[in-house]
Amino acid sequence: MSRARILLGSATGLIIVAGLIAAPFGLKPYGIYILTLWAVTAIAAIGLNLTLGYAGQISLAQGAFVGIGAYAAALLTTHGWPLGAAYVVAALACFAIGWLLGYPALRVQHHYLAFVTLAFSTLIYLVLRNEEWITGGIYGISNIPRPSLFGYLLRSPRDFYYFCLANLALVSLAAWWLIRSPWGRAFVALRENPVRALSLGVDTRRYTLMAFALGAALGGISGVLYAPLVQYIDPTPFSLLLSLNLLLMVIVGGSGYFFGPFVGAVVAVLLPEWLQSADRLYDALGPLSDVMRFVLPPDALKYVAKHYLVAYAIFVMVLLVFRPSGIIGFFQRRFTRRKPDTPPAAPVTQAKVA
Amino acid sequence: MADFIQLLVAGLATGGIYALVAIGFTLLWQTSQTINFAQGEFVMLPAFFMLGAMSVLGLPFWGAVVVGILVAALVLGVLFKRLVVDPMLHHGVLPLAIATMALSLFLKEAVKDFYSAEAQPFPPLAADVNVSFLGAAVSLQSLIVVAIAIGAVVALQLFLNNTQTGRRMQATAQNPTVARILGIPVERMILLAFVINAVLAALASALVTPIYLAKFSNGEYLGIAAFIAAIVGGFNQVRGAILGGLLLGVVDNFAAAYLSAQYRAAIPLVLLIVVILFRPQGLLGRVEERTV
Repeated sequence: MSRARILLGSATGLIIVAGLIAAPFGLKPYGIYILTLWAVTAIAAIGLNLTLGYAGQISLAQGAFVGIGAYAAALLTTHGWPLGAAYVVAALACFAIGWLLGYPALRVQHHYLAFVTLAFSTLIYLVLRNEEWITGGIYGISNIPRPSLFGYLLRSPRDFYYFCLANLALVSLAAWWLIRSPWGRAFVALRENPVRALSLGVDTRRYTLMAFALGAALGGISGVLYAPLVQYIDPTPFSLLLSLNLLLMVIVGGSGYFFGPFVGAVVAVLLPEWLQSADRLYDALGPLSDVMRFVLPPDALKYVAKHYLVAYAIFVMVLLVFRPSGIIGFFQRRFTRRKPDTPPAAPVTQAKVA
Repeated sequence: MADFIQLLVAGLATGGIYALVAIGFTLLWQTSQTINFAQGEFVMLPAFFMLGAMSVLGLPFWGAVVVGILVAALVLGVLFKRLVVDPMLHHGVLPLAIATMALSLFLKEAVKDFYSAEAQPFPPLAADVNVSFLGAAVSLQSLIVVAIAIGAVVALQLFLNNTQTGRRMQATAQNPTVARILGIPVERMILLAFVINAVLAALASALVTPIYLAKFSNGEYLGIAAFIAAIVGGFNQVRGAILGGLLLGVVDNFAAAYLSAQYRAAIPLVLLIVVILFRPQGLLGRVEERTV
């Protein structure tokens, strides 16, 4: 890696981190809520990126683990336990369930694995909806308290946002370390060629299960943060749609790239909100808006804002048609002409699921 | 016994519709490794083409069905293949699968925003009468659905097995490289598979919409059901998709009648998990060789 690239990379990173820390001061509570949702969702996407992007095991159950984490947090904290306890319980429970879900991956691969995890995801949703005695069924669980940290209650949106951002930072550091550890290398070996990995002495069985378990545990942690964020949960947000949406984030961001899930979560969580308020762009531009008017007529923006989900769907389709390796994948390849310097920047063959 | 036969016929009618959608699924998978998450919306949309043909062109019902099927073949067959699938074919399964997810969202939201968010009435296939069948009163509508579904499936099988084009399609599905060496226009065969998929989906649309009315959200459950049917039967076999569809429809109806209504939706999923774990290639599927 050249010095210039390191400098450029760290400068970009610093600007983004500074922006994330400063952001709540310029936002209304709803804006802070959406940004917190981004941080929480990114944690689940990082988990799926470990399972799918690095280890090559496709999972359509990540949303179910977010659900398990969220219900664990909701049940424990409404019964007087601290969020820390929910953290441990949810992470361990998801790790264990994820480990068990990995067993089918030892038998079947690729699209069959996708179907098993899809079925699992829907079954968890049905349990959440139907087992009213514990989950409250369709009525859900309300009055989920915000956590306190060292005796300080994180009640305001801004405090809770910083709490979630700190969590995201910790998870990112852990994932960064993991990917560079021998485990991460073993994951990539498993993805690139399981047979070769096995013949080189990688315990593919253990690493397959581990890839599922670690990804699932991060899904659980994301859920633990989601419950106190929205303070009311019912089964609806944890249906198959969430799992598919998380998969979308990983692929659109760039599967197997460290920063992929962050960008993917921006596309899936923030972009629809931006599109929905596209017509207010002119208010934000101030004096520049007169120039912009020639480039982009206000009526066009109103139209986009009215049909924002249609616009969002078109954006995702066009993006994938032109950049199938995702946003980060595209930039990585554009700026690294030579041999890729990190294992995740290896050619994106992990998408080969057939 | 009369209950049993009623449930069986209703189940076969649902299953026939699932089968039509599931066959298209397996065709796309076999010829181009496309997993189409918008398959349910491919069934939802043609009903609106048909409604449009009736209100704008003033066609009678059956004429509108024909127009709807033709438009679907063009839009959901040819255009889908050219605009979405072709550019992504060489980039693996997942990006394409995600693009079809976005397509599914696009079709749903576009119908909701530009047509209507309300369910639209759709003419019935037949008068709402019951006929006596083996001592049970069975709705005529169900019988017609079963008959049309079976007719379509038989026609497709005859086409695939007894015509030169059909056999070329099978060769393409089994081994595109060898097929190309033998002089088969592989690209055209793949395009044909997409057109057949769209036609079957449009036919399913005409059969299912009189029951549920035309609504933008109609495809949500159908897509998943067809998915499960295709896997249970065997993802790489047209015959498998038929068996899977019929089985799923019957199991669905019996589970709703005799088992807990809450976990009705779980029965197909449990069936799916059991089949994948113990017979991953599906009930009638062939084992796919692993590549090293």
